[in-house]
Amino acid sequence: MNKQAEYVLRTVEERRIRFVRLWFTDVQGFLKSVSIGPTELEVAFEEGMTFDGSSIDGYARIQEADMLAKPDPSTFQVLPWRAEEQVARMFCDIYTPDGEPFSGDPRIVLKRNLERASEMGYIFYAAPELEFFYFRDSGPVPEVLDRGGYFDLTPLDVAQEYRRNTINALEHMGIPIEHSHHEVAPSQHEIIVRYTDALTMADNIMTSRLTVKEVALQHGIYATFMPKPLEDYDGSGMHLHLSLFEGDVNAFHEPGTPGGLSKVGQAFIAGLLRHAAELTAITNQWVNSYKRLVAGFDAPIYVSWARNNQSALVRVPSVKKGKPSSVRVEYRAADAACNPYLALSVILAAGLEGIREGYELPAEVAADIHRLTPAERAAAGVKRLPETLSEALDTLEQSELMAEALGEHVFDWFLRNKRREWDRFQHHVSQFELETYLPVL
Amino acid sequence: MIVAVHPADCSEGVADGLALGGATVTRAPELVPEDRGINDSDLLLVELGDQPMRRLRELARIVENIGLPVIVVVSTEHLALMDGAAGISDFLTTPVDPIELRLRLQRLIMTEAVDDLVTFKDLELNPLNYQASLAGEPLDMTFMEYELLRFLMENSVRVWSREQLLSKVWGYDYYGGARTVDVHIRRLRAKLGEERSSWITTVRSVGYRFG
Repeated sequence: MNKQAEYVLRTVEERRIRFVRLWFTDVQGFLKSVSIGPTELEVAFEEGMTFDGSSIDGYARIQEADMLAKPDPSTFQVLPWRAEEQVARMFCDIYTPDGEPFSGDPRIVLKRNLERASEMGYIFYAAPELEFFYFRDSGPVPEVLDRGGYFDLTPLDVAQEYRRNTINALEHMGIPIEHSHHEVAPSQHEIIVRYTDALTMADNIMTSRLTVKEVALQHGIYATFMPKPLEDYDGSGMHLHLSLFEGDVNAFHEPGTPGGLSKVGQAFIAGLLRHAAELTAITNQWVNSYKRLVAGFDAPIYVSWARNNQSALVRVPSVKKGKPSSVRVEYRAADAACNPYLALSVILAAGLEGIREGYELPAEVAADIHRLTPAERAAAGVKRLPETLSEALDTLEQSELMAEALGEHVFDWFLRNKRREWDRFQHHVSQFELETYLPVL
Repeated sequence: MIVAVHPADCSEGVADGLALGGATVTRAPELVPEDRGINDSDLLLVELGDQPMRRLRELARIVENIGLPVIVVVSTEHLALMDGAAGISDFLTTPVDPIELRLRLQRLIMTEAVDDLVTFKDLELNPLNYQASLAGEPLDMTFMEYELLRFLMENSVRVWSREQLLSKVWGYDYYGGARTVDVHIRRLRAKLGEERSSWITTVRSVGYRFG
């Protein structure tokens, strides 16, 4: 047994931890958990815990029902919100009964993509900006807690307290927070998480989403990462700040270039742009995701890049002098309701493809793209991101690169499952239609 | 507890005392750091016997390298040699009383254990059971956070570069490059909390320092 596992066993004993939750993620990014007692922990480390994979979305077909969850001891963490009894968690990798890494496990999908990066000599770092709303409850009519300047339903500091408690809990769990603030929309908030390597970050995003929801629950309210809950306001995105390092050196940085951006950085962006439409189904995986990607709000809808232009899909934030390590690329389309393992996988694959194939970076679009006429956009070679889930799926289906990044298992299951979601939506007669058509047609 | 004894044929009193203390005895035929018996043990017991000068000389040569507590058994006529003998944790005079030896062993191991606690202000790390506490409250860390904090606390004052920390704390089995160190430092600072986060200082373009 390695030292990390030993550390976990020791801590479980010393801290009298009653349950250890083994966490893993299904293909759509829902967190799953199996609780085990301390006595089973040693077995879990050595052999993995058996569970029925066929009941997890996107996992096994019925004939390969048995799966093994093997905890990653380096992710061991006591959960801060269970005061009455000590509970800890570890993230797991999923294995088939014959001991092979299971290709339907998003964490394993990301690990495979990170290995590809490391074969090219790169380590992938990411930092997200997580946006979310607080509502009174999870009922079908969202009721905001404040009116962001129009009309305060609650004293202003109430949401501040929720946020502060959330940040305390996150920092307790080893997830440092850069800062947090009230967002543009009423009752909308943002937490900016400090960068880590991409695997840790995907784990951190899963943990952060749960923590935000847990803390809200403790205060009797509801937190949601739904991409667009309020028609008239900005939706919730998850801007991702990305960089590649070669050992200690930021591969995106080259002194003397505009924005300090190296050839590698330029090719990475070019890869993101060329494959953006293909990967959108993964970074924006719900019918509702596309209600956020519309004109008139702070969300990108055109495929372009810029150094400082809030309407661009890819932004290169300006960096303080003497901080070459923070030269990075910001991808602004993803929403916080994606599966972070898969989203980081496809984004990385697109960027690496740009580097591998030496893609040429198109010209920067500094103007507000929404104000350009369609002709001007065409002249600048600016395409639109998919407008609906259905269109995004069509584009994904055509992509060799995405099939390779996701692996066949996830690629096929995802397309099947999401087509069904789109079909269900197609059958739905919306309030909009009733209100617009019924009185006049 | 494993006790290495030198010379290999120890006296009766020593053998009884070690047995009484429940110690596992290994023989150290030679007083050299490479000696397997010495390498694997928790404590070294040397009987000076009739060659006190020579054994003390040999002992002085290795004591820094082996990093073990050392008990010396000395006859009353040679007691003066104990004056100024460096690196010796404790001594007994011949004939050895087994009960006295057992008690001294116990005391030694206990002080060693207490010494093992790594503390800084209200932060306390106990490497024996991997636990840590801050102002009396348990502090939850991952293994690597724990190992990094312990290393920094045990080697405070001097500045450590990221590369040094990587090789000292992570060894060669790491993943994530030198930025891993920055990430873990941030996580430690987050867990130490706002007022104490400055205990770990960033020394620009060099690395990190604790305290």
